[in-house]
Amino acid sequence: MSSEYNAFITDASIESDGEGVLSGATVAVKDNISTKDVRTTCGSAMLASYEPPYDATVVRRVLDAGATIVGKANMDEFGMGGTTETSAFEPTENPRAPGHVAGGSSGGSAAAVAAGVADLALGTDTGGSIRNPAAFCGVVGLKPTYGLVSRYGLIAYANSLEQIGPIAPTVESTARLLDVIAGPDDHDGTTRTADLDGSYVDTLDGDVSGTTIGVLKNLTDGSDERVQTRFGAAIEALEAQGASIVEIELESVEHALAAYYVIAMSEASSNLARFDGVRYGVSGGYDGDWNEAFADGRNDGFGEEVKRRILLGTYALSAGYHDKYYKKAQDARAWVKSDFAEAFTQADVLASPTMPVLAPKIGENLDDPLALYQIDANTVPVNLANVPAISVPIGEADGRPVGLQLIAPAFGEGRLFRTASALE
Amino acid sequence: MTTETVNADDVRHVAELARIDLEDAEIELFEAQFADILEYFDSLDEVPAVDADEELVNVMRSDVPQESLPQSAALKNAPETDDDYFKGPRVS
Repeated sequence: MSSEYNAFITDASIESDGEGVLSGATVAVKDNISTKDVRTTCGSAMLASYEPPYDATVVRRVLDAGATIVGKANMDEFGMGGTTETSAFEPTENPRAPGHVAGGSSGGSAAAVAAGVADLALGTDTGGSIRNPAAFCGVVGLKPTYGLVSRYGLIAYANSLEQIGPIAPTVESTARLLDVIAGPDDHDGTTRTADLDGSYVDTLDGDVSGTTIGVLKNLTDGSDERVQTRFGAAIEALEAQGASIVEIELESVEHALAAYYVIAMSEASSNLARFDGVRYGVSGGYDGDWNEAFADGRNDGFGEEVKRRILLGTYALSAGYHDKYYKKAQDARAWVKSDFAEAFTQADVLASPTMPVLAPKIGENLDDPLALYQIDANTVPVNLANVPAISVPIGEADGRPVGLQLIAPAFGEGRLFRTASALE
Repeated sequence: MTTETVNADDVRHVAELARIDLEDAEIELFEAQFADILEYFDSLDEVPAVDADEELVNVMRSDVPQESLPQSAALKNAPETDDDYFKGPRVS
């Protein structure tokens, strides 16, 4: 292992000549975010020696704000996993629960913050990949509204779902990092301006009196009892501070996990077609014709989980199955979106346990892919609905951190920070 | 509606479409796993057709030439190059 808890795939020291709110701060950057001339592997053997020719927009923004980038953080290969065990560079260990996984796919980013080897971190969240490791490692992590943060320079896995977002020790430092990275970018046509007065840091008054919090019953009931106990105590604490609590049932979320995996795998099968070993990546040599060479290089470069998802995505999009899987998944996505819109007529923010389970032991779930997919049940609906969500630490159970997830309507990050700050 | 059985030939066919030359052991592993995963995906059959009311706008920009990546930077990560070009495998 190359670094403490194997949080980093590559140690770095990218200094900045900028000055700003991040001056003096160290930042870990997930290894699917491009850093100019510093290798960016996506946790894959395919890109083991790939050095991007340009910086991602978020990298430019943190450097311009005065930060120093200290490492490229470990991750599940191409973001495909929830434990950082599919990394081609060995798993990341959980600094707050040794012997257990750090979560994923941004496991290195959350572990770096939890261990104090970086003050702040950037992760990416396609179906929970920021919130999951934040919860397991006892730190704060936010998945922004789709379109709030530029994806330029992010090596794509599932474009319609993923966002780059902040991971930090406190709600305040999470808000400060979001202030730096949020905002429109000419290089990403999906970005837009949030309707926000002032900064996200300004929203942290911890005042929840008059706030209605909708507890998502389906997601809470499906969680481990130890998680439910911690979650119940946190909700009571919010109620004691003046929040009103209502229970909300969303029928559509029962189908969110299947819809998420069909959509993510389908997008992955198309996105990862770019890895042909000609412009970058593992070459399949020059003996056979191009189909044979590509198929050789891709077999050598991709790990098992990545192959599984590319194949299932290819299957879901193939003739005869497109309507059964992909089209139905899009229907489910629209249903989840309208269910959330309806829920936000009854509550200002929604709440659930971030993860339905406590962090598993390293190696515990490796050979059962479906069981691993199911730990994403509480986080994926948020990505399908394009809305923002934050995970905040709410103590421990059996020596392992537990996180609470708060969800707001699109561009309602301010509400998330305000409510989350009441939990600290 | 139930999932048709996934057999080794189906896995092989999809792997060929995706240009991944799987080992036999992986084909066998995926055959079993895909059956479970696709059965799980069958729950989507219960999803009603939803009238998606998307408010989408095109984001356009004018087509103005700008500085682009230098050729040397674009070629830097290529496993093989030939003068100023990427070198690819033969087409047929």
